[in-house]
Amino acid sequence: MSEIKKFMYVNRKAPYGTIYAWEALEVVLIGAAFEQDVSLAFMDDGVYQLIKGQDTTGIGMKNFSPTYSALGDYEITKIYVEKESLEERGLTLDDLQHLVWEDEDEDWAEKDSIRLVSRSELADVLATQDVLFNF
Amino acid sequence: MAMLHLVNKSPYDACSLDTASSIMQGDDSLLLIEDGVYAAVKGGKAAARLEGLKISVLGPDLAARGIGKDKLIDGVTVVDYAGFVDMVEANDKVQSWL
Repeated sequence: MSEIKKFMYVNRKAPYGTIYAWEALEVVLIGAAFEQDVSLAFMDDGVYQLIKGQDTTGIGMKNFSPTYSALGDYEITKIYVEKESLEERGLTLDDLQHLVWEDEDEDWAEKDSIRLVSRSELADVLATQDVLFNF
Repeated sequence: MAMLHLVNKSPYDACSLDTASSIMQGDDSLLLIEDGVYAAVKGGKAAARLEGLKISVLGPDLAARGIGKDKLIDGVTVVDYAGFVDMVEANDKVQSWL
């Protein structure tokens, strides 16, 4: 594979009501093996996926939310969260997991993966992608 | 003749909460389950829909989604599965807004 493409995964569903969120995560992790330039966006109900402190013991489903913190190890370092979607739902960045990645070029300095963006900023990010995957 | 209304969809993704809340009357109560629990989050746009209604939320679904009880609007009762059964028993009918 010669040409590196910009892959964007757009997540718009809440985590447990449908299988979309989990499936997206599976595809993202598989896709990470192909060494493309990967970004993730969380908007609309997708922002619920990143809420910290999820505990699924009472509903008999797998809690896949810890997997988001592993994305940095797969060199997925650009996670866009839409500001309007958070606000509409009564949420702030503090309600979400603190996702980080380690920068090899700066002595493995820990950096934030989440970038809080407005809807218009997200539109600009989407416009620069080569491929969009929607979940 | 009290009715129990169940809503299991996110209010930001479906219109079932709008329909349920506008059709509720008298002693009817609303139980939010699954993605429906997001409606009861304080500061969310959907919370306004719940004003003046008798609201319960299923605790295990809240916990799964990482929504602490401190994040809920005032006046909401958190119930477990046994409480869910009690509510079904206490009402004459159940309307599930799938």
